[in-house]
Amino acid sequence: MNIYVIMKRTFDTEEKIQIENGEIVEDGAEFIINPYDEYAIEEAIQLRDAHGGEVTLVTVGDEEAEKQIRTGLAMGADKAVLIEDEDVENGDPYSIQAMLSAYFKDQEVDIILGGNIAVDGGSGQVGPRLAEQLGFNHVTSVVNIEIEDGKAKIERDVEGDQEHIEVALPVLVTAQQGLNEPRYPSLPGIMKAKKKPLDTLDLDDLDLEEEDVEGKTKTIERYLPPEKAAGKILEGEVDEQVTELISLLKNEAKVI
Amino acid sequence: MSKKILVVGEIRDGEFRNVSFEAIAAAKQMSNGGEIVGALLGESVSDNATEMIYFGADRVVTVESDKLKHYTPEGYSQALHAIVEQENPDGILIGHTSIGRDLSPKIASRLKSGLVSDVVSLEVAEDEVIFTRPIYSGKAFEKVVVNEGVTFATLRPNNIPALDKDDSRSGTVDSLDVEIKDLQTIIKEVVKNTASGVDLSEASVIVAGGRGMKGEENFKILDELAEVLGGAVGASRGACDAEYCDYALQIGQTGKVVTPDLYIAVGLSGAIQHVAGMSNSKVIVAINKDPEAEIFQIADYGIVGDLFDILPKLTEEFKKVLV
Repeated sequence: MNIYVIMKRTFDTEEKIQIENGEIVEDGAEFIINPYDEYAIEEAIQLRDAHGGEVTLVTVGDEEAEKQIRTGLAMGADKAVLIEDEDVENGDPYSIQAMLSAYFKDQEVDIILGGNIAVDGGSGQVGPRLAEQLGFNHVTSVVNIEIEDGKAKIERDVEGDQEHIEVALPVLVTAQQGLNEPRYPSLPGIMKAKKKPLDTLDLDDLDLEEEDVEGKTKTIERYLPPEKAAGKILEGEVDEQVTELISLLKNEAKVI
Repeated sequence: MSKKILVVGEIRDGEFRNVSFEAIAAAKQMSNGGEIVGALLGESVSDNATEMIYFGADRVVTVESDKLKHYTPEGYSQALHAIVEQENPDGILIGHTSIGRDLSPKIASRLKSGLVSDVVSLEVAEDEVIFTRPIYSGKAFEKVVVNEGVTFATLRPNNIPALDKDDSRSGTVDSLDVEIKDLQTIIKEVVKNTASGVDLSEASVIVAGGRGMKGEENFKILDELAEVLGGAVGASRGACDAEYCDYALQIGQTGKVVTPDLYIAVGLSGAIQHVAGMSNSKVIVAINKDPEAEIFQIADYGIVGDLFDILPKLTEEFKKVLV
């Protein structure tokens, strides 16, 4: 099977966010593979081990993303492609989709896996957008996948309920938490990953002009929410605390 | 200039989701006196359509088909695309729900249009709509404009108040014939897991447990309190990792991001990745036996003590007060 994973390098979820001159400060921050994409990589490796074939990681970013790509390769993916986005103005999910579509239109694909959302931008648009351009079906928020006779049997999380779906390949799926338990790269895995093929492509390689990948939306401001002040600690015995809390919620906060 | 805004309504288990009405209110802001057109897709939805008019839509277009009984991206996108082609709206709004999140990027991709996901507020400046949305799960926010094509956005539930219902309003409900073809996605079964039926993203009250719950069996204490308050139960990553509950309940930077009116955090420390998912709740109550727990830093009201003593009493007292 030709298995692809679209992945993104993101801020570590433990990081605090700082903004300077309207831009997110990246200096000194830890970066990781987007956690939802880790589920996608793990699932891709499991599918390859069960059905044969190859796992290719595809990311859009700059050379800094090589570290996360090597981690994915160390987990067990076979090869990787980095699409450089330095010439992209006002990049948004449309831009990412445009680059990925240009790459994928020349590939033979059985399944593309990605994360349900990225924990930075959080829009969850790229997967379904890409599937539409490739003429594939998409299934988002999947918690189980089995491939059989050219079909994928999928369970997806729908706000707590589970949908059991059957869909023909090729298909694009996005991983939800609970899909699997991503493995840690092993030491031999890390050694091997250094020699696995990593292709770097730019817009020229994909026959794209700068205007083809310009965002359709524009961020005009970024800001931090006001810091919340610590509130009131209720004193007394449990009965008193409970009575006071209910009274405060009712009369002061007016939420019940 | 007045604008025509299409609002895609969503019915779940026979009832409108409130975010559909919230989207109509947002559309009013965007329309500048223009027309608000409701769009409603499903197996049989015409009977519900006038509700959208009562909440502010001027008219509604429906597409009905037995192939739309269950949501599939293929089926719904064919139906919605037909409405968009007929109406040619300046803007499209849809709730940032499971369906909205799944359907909107597919439609935007087909229209080669921008899309602003998970909007929590909007303002109209001259002829431009400026959307505000959380990034890094609410650790920061950004203001975004659509600079090309239709002004398309998904709205996070529970952030923009719906207009008051006015059942003296009237408008037409037209059905559009769309032949839904070539569905390759087959929904075999839907397994309902949410016991209380209150969805986390739309709940006005959430009771969330952390590692301090000590075990799966103790989550029923949270269920009881949530039930009295008409709310939903959530959890921290710690509680999910410890298998006290299903990952579907997880709130945080991985997991769901929620903004209820009241968030009761029980036996959870307030790790940064959890706080990202709930810190924009209107009122936060923390119950934890550790007075140093981070969660007290963002709580409006805190009780330091044993949750196993406090919660049952709290549930009992709420029962008395809320009857």
